[in-house]
Amino acid sequence: MMKRDYYLTSISLVLLVIFLYFADMYMDAYIIRILNLCAIYTILGLSMNLINGFTGLFSLGHAGFMAIGAYTTAILTLSVDAKVQNFFLEPIAAPLANVVWPFFPALLLAGILSALVGFLIGAPALRLKGDYLAIATLGFAEIIRVVFTNTQNITNGALGLKRIPPYTNLWWSFGIAVFTVIFMALLINSSYGRAFKAIREDEIAAESMGINLFKHKVMSFTIGAFFAGVGGGLLGNLLGTIDPAMFRFTLTFNILLIIVLGGMGSITGTVISAFVVTISLEALRFLDQPIDLGLFVIPGIAGMRMVVFSVLLMLVVLFYRHGLMGTNEFSWDKFLKVLRFKRPLLKGGKN
Amino acid sequence: MTSIMFLQHLANGISLGSLYALIAIGYTMVYGILRLINFAHGDIFMMATYFAFFGVFFGLPWYVAFPITILLTVLLGMSVELTAYRSLRDAPKISIMISAIGASFLLENLAIVIFGGRPKAFPTEEIFTKVIHIGNISIQRLTFIIPVVTAILLIILSYLINKTKTGMAMRAVSKDHETARLMGINIDRTISATFAIGSALAAIGGVMWGLKFPQIQPLMGVMPGLKCFIAAVIGGIGSITGAVIGGFFLGVSEIMLVAFFQSMTGYRDAFAFIILIIVLLFKPTGIMGEKISEKV
Repeated sequence: MMKRDYYLTSISLVLLVIFLYFADMYMDAYIIRILNLCAIYTILGLSMNLINGFTGLFSLGHAGFMAIGAYTTAILTLSVDAKVQNFFLEPIAAPLANVVWPFFPALLLAGILSALVGFLIGAPALRLKGDYLAIATLGFAEIIRVVFTNTQNITNGALGLKRIPPYTNLWWSFGIAVFTVIFMALLINSSYGRAFKAIREDEIAAESMGINLFKHKVMSFTIGAFFAGVGGGLLGNLLGTIDPAMFRFTLTFNILLIIVLGGMGSITGTVISAFVVTISLEALRFLDQPIDLGLFVIPGIAGMRMVVFSVLLMLVVLFYRHGLMGTNEFSWDKFLKVLRFKRPLLKGGKN
Repeated sequence: MTSIMFLQHLANGISLGSLYALIAIGYTMVYGILRLINFAHGDIFMMATYFAFFGVFFGLPWYVAFPITILLTVLLGMSVELTAYRSLRDAPKISIMISAIGASFLLENLAIVIFGGRPKAFPTEEIFTKVIHIGNISIQRLTFIIPVVTAILLIILSYLINKTKTGMAMRAVSKDHETARLMGINIDRTISATFAIGSALAAIGGVMWGLKFPQIQPLMGVMPGLKCFIAAVIGGIGSITGAVIGGFFLGVSEIMLVAFFQSMTGYRDAFAFIILIIVLLFKPTGIMGEKISEKV
C-alpha cells in the first residue's frame, strides 16, 4: 500500500506542475495573482497552525513576523535606483544602499531573521500561558510595526516601500508551499511533532512524560516564525508595495480565520481553507459593489465582505468548532474510499 | 520644562488615565469572572461614541443623548455576551478567544458598513469643552470633569460590588462557578450583569473620550482597547483597584513620555506594550497581585 501512496503522490505532484505550467502560460494576471495568494496563505496558515493548532500556543503575533520577512526581502531585492527613489525623505542607511540580492537568498535570510526574532520573543514570552501569551505576542507584533514605522532610514517609515521587484511567481509560491506542506507533515509525524501535540493536549502530562516544555515550545514558535517570514517575503514581492499599516492585526485575523475554518491541527484543512478563504475573499468582492437585481439595485456597501467573514468565523467557532477537517489528515486510503463508495470484496474477503 | 507645563501635562495625563481606568474596569471584571479577554470591549467602547454621536446628530440634547447611549451600549454588551460567549462556556479556551476576536471584528466591520469608514467629528458641547484659565494654566473644563466623573463612578461601583446582592454574586462566581451555582446564584444572570456594568462604564468612557478627542472612526476602539487591557494587567487582572491604578499609571506615563522625550513620540503606541511585557515577565500578577485584590 505504501508504494501505491508514493505513486499517487508523485502523480499528483506532476499534475500540479503541469497545471502550474499551463496556468503560467495561459491564465490572465488576475487569476495568477489569486493563485499566488492562495499558495502564500497556505504557507502562512501552516506556520500559524504549527504554533496555534499543533502546539496549542495561542499566538497572535503573525503579522509581525510577516512584516520582518516582507521588509527583509524587499530591502534586499530592491534595485539601487529604486532605493534612491523610495528613500527621498531620508537616505537609506549606508550598508544597505548598494545591496541587491537574488530572490532566494533574500527569502532565506528573511526567514532566518524572522525565526531569530521569533526565538528572542519566544524565549521570554512562552513562559506565559493562554491569553497572556496571546496578548504578549500581539504586543510584540505591534511593537515591530511601530518600530518599522519609525526607522525611517531602514524601512522608509510610514511611506512604505514601492517598486519591489515582482519576483514572486507561481513556481516560487507553489514550490515553497509544497515544500512547507511536506516539511510540516514530516515534522508533525516526527518525535518532535508528537511532543508538540502532547503539549497541546496537556502540558503537565507532557512534562511528566519527560518532554522539555520550554524547548519544544520555543522550537515550534521559531519554526512557525521562519515560515511566516518566508511567506511575508513572498507576499511583499508579489504585491510590489508594502507599508507598516499592512501588517496590522487584521492580517493575523485573516490567517486565524483560515486555520480555524480548516481545523486547528490539520495540515490538509489548512491547505483547503487557505484556498477557499483566499478565493472567496476575491469572489465575494461583488458584495462591496452595487448588485443589480433587475427590478431594484442593492447599493454596494464597502466592507460588507469583511462583515460576512467575521460572521463566518463566529459561526464556525460557535457551531462547528472543529472546522472542515478537525485534526484529521488527508490520506489516499480515505480518498479512494470516498471515490468508490462500495468496493467489492476480493476472494477470501480481503480488501 | 516649567512647573506650569508639568502641571498641565499631569492634568492631561490624569484625565487620559481616568478614561483608561473606566475601560480597564470592564476588562478586569470580565476577566475575573470568565477568565477571558473580552476582545470586543474596545469595540463596544467605539460603538458607544457612535451612539452618542448619532444621538446628538439627530438633535437630542446631550443630557438625553448620553443616557440613551449608555442604555444602548449596555444592551450591546449583554447581547455580545449572549451570542458570542454564552454557548461556549464549557468549550476549550482557545475557541472562546477566537469567538471574542470574531465578535470584535464583526463590530468593527459592522461599524464600517453602517457608519462609514470616514472619520466623523464628535459634537463638542460648550459646557464640557470650555477652556478655563487658572493663573498661567489654561485647561479644558473636561480635563477636570473626567476625573471627577470617574471618581464618582468608582464609588458607585465599589458600593455595587461590596454591598449589593448582585455584587456579592459576582464575587462568588469569580471565585468558583460550581460552588456559586450550588449556593443558588444564577450564573448566567450574574455574568450578564458583569457585562452590563462593564459596558456602561465603557459607554461613559466612550462619550468622554469623544468629547476629549473629537474625531471618531470605526477602528478607534482597537488601540484604547488593547491599552486598557494592558492597564488591567499592570494593575493585576481581576482587581478593580488594580485596573484603576494601572489605568492612571499608563495614562500619566504615556503623556509624560510624549511631553518629555519628544523624539519618542512615534513610539507612543509601543510604549504600553513594552510595559506590558516587562510586567508579564517580572510580576505577572500585576501591582495588586491576586491575593490582596478584590476580585469580581
